Amino acid sequence: MEHATFPPLPLVVICGGTHGNEMSGVYIVREMQKQKVEKAGSVSITTVLSNPRAVEACKRYIDTDLNRCFTDALLSGPITDSAPYELRRAHELNAQFGPKGSEEAVDLLCDLHNTTANMGLSLICYSLDWITLHIYKYIQSKVTSVPVRLIQLTIPISEAYSLESVAKHGFSIEVGPQPGGVLRADIFNIMKEALDLTLEWLQKFNSGSTFEGGEVEAYTLVGNVDYPRDPMTGEITAVVHPQLQDNDFKLLQPGDPTFLLFSGKTVKHEGEELYPFFVNECAYYEKKVAFQLARKITLTFPSISVKLDR
Amino acid sequence: MSFYSNSARFNEARRVAVFGGTHGNEMSGVTLVNLWMKNSAEIQRKGVETKPFITNPKAVDTCTRYVDMDLNRAFTPENLSAPGGDDLPYEVQRAQEINRMFGPKGSPEAYDVIFDLHNTTSNMGCTLILESSKDHFNLQMMTYIKKAIAPDTCLVLLNEHPLLKYSTTRSVAKHPVGLEVGPQPQGVLRSNIFEAMRVIIKHALDFIQLFNEGMEFPPCTVEVFQVSERIDYPRDANGNIIAMVHPSLQDCDWEPLNPGDPMFQTFDGKTIHYQGSSTIYPTFINEAAYYEKQQAFVITRRETLVASAIRKA
Repeated sequence: MEHATFPPLPLVVICGGTHGNEMSGVYIVREMQKQKVEKAGSVSITTVLSNPRAVEACKRYIDTDLNRCFTDALLSGPITDSAPYELRRAHELNAQFGPKGSEEAVDLLCDLHNTTANMGLSLICYSLDWITLHIYKYIQSKVTSVPVRLIQLTIPISEAYSLESVAKHGFSIEVGPQPGGVLRADIFNIMKEALDLTLEWLQKFNSGSTFEGGEVEAYTLVGNVDYPRDPMTGEITAVVHPQLQDNDFKLLQPGDPTFLLFSGKTVKHEGEELYPFFVNECAYYEKKVAFQLARKITLTFPSISVKLDR
Repeated sequence: MSFYSNSARFNEARRVAVFGGTHGNEMSGVTLVNLWMKNSAEIQRKGVETKPFITNPKAVDTCTRYVDMDLNRAFTPENLSAPGGDDLPYEVQRAQEINRMFGPKGSPEAYDVIFDLHNTTSNMGCTLILESSKDHFNLQMMTYIKKAIAPDTCLVLLNEHPLLKYSTTRSVAKHPVGLEVGPQPQGVLRSNIFEAMRVIIKHALDFIQLFNEGMEFPPCTVEVFQVSERIDYPRDANGNIIAMVHPSLQDCDWEPLNPGDPMFQTFDGKTIHYQGSSTIYPTFINEAAYYEKQQAFVITRRETLVASAIRKA
């Protein structure tokens, strides 16, 4: 593939507390603000606690999930006095770092998340642009303590609902497992390492390094699976099967157990063999998602360096 | 006829309750009690009335620990006798209602045994919580459970520390038993945790039936971990946490912590060491709900209690 060049990336926005009880990002951003971290070499850094009221309450959200408020439709709608807090916050963040889809949007936004699922270190993005792929490859080559994976949400940008879609290039760093409201040192350290490597890559990129292209595997979202529910009451009637629990990214084949009904029977996976992730994520019970399913793909991408104006 | 000279006598345990949802986001107990309220066959034993009960329904509805205050701290004498009705915090009202239904606390009418089902984000495995070192009935029941689940383990935590003990929901009963199983995130139901709790309740109820049928339980020793101190996170002048439980201590509930061992890690990677003078056994390490209670972990010391033989009166 032909070598690609990009303009420099002088600014990165680092967001924590988009969900107020996902503690690694909250504390990383708080620490960076306490230490007044505004630069990493040539890269300017803006840090923000996306949902300060939810952080204060140590809850995922106050009125509605902030990380579902960034679709084009929601961002262009009106904001009344009775609008949910998070929708107002989304408009503020879009004004500050967007507008989404415009030339004025910031170059890069990195949103920090935790999950109760055993997902190790996962980068999540909407579009597999070369910048995101190179940052992923860089992080993956250097982090050895946990598996590092790339997840692509196959949703067009106009319908992309999460905060990082506001920037020209955006991705989430998702680290788990960690319970809501808990700050684990090992999980914090992994997230910090991933963030430091991102900043390191940006500095090297801006100062003219060439990064070799290659191939990486990524997981593309195919669909969601809900819990078995009582048809009359809607109540959940099963628990994630012990053989699926904690086995995010382990291939799920037809006939493999997925749920254990409270009655004792096992529910099995039917259909295509796929990779489960976000298995038993706390916040997804109310979204009617027990786990999500992905296909594994291989991506080839070119070498990259910064485009220098002569 | 009694085989043991000093068998302690207790009345038959006829009225038993199993509480779930004392903390609304601790899902094993919520799920089990809801199942048993629909179909109680599994918890029925001859001669015992076992009532499953959701203690904090509003907190269960919102999947939060509590609404106004922690129900599991609410059963103080002041709260139980407070006037004010609807103006009282929700959990104080609930405490008074539960005290009416299952107590009154300290009276002969109180329920014989109450099991209160809890989860923790700490790696505590299965833990039985004892409120009095002199409750020989409970000591014998806990010994029975430990034997029944072997080689799986279940440890006993004793909290009768004058300053650190608290007025629990189950304390309205004559024999209160806390069952704490972890690690499990709040709001999440894990199959292994759910099954472990279910099995322990099964054995506990079997014990009660055997006791009621006249079985005599011989004297025994019971190893317990006795709560002795609470350790908070290091904080700055504004009360903000400045360090995290060290990776070497995280998940090491019940393992010895020796003087000099790593205890906390600051955000820039420095280690803070345990400065105590003797080896202790930490537990409730990094429990989510305890950040607001200023508790990173609890220090316990290993003790051996002697349980006298027991049989029914």
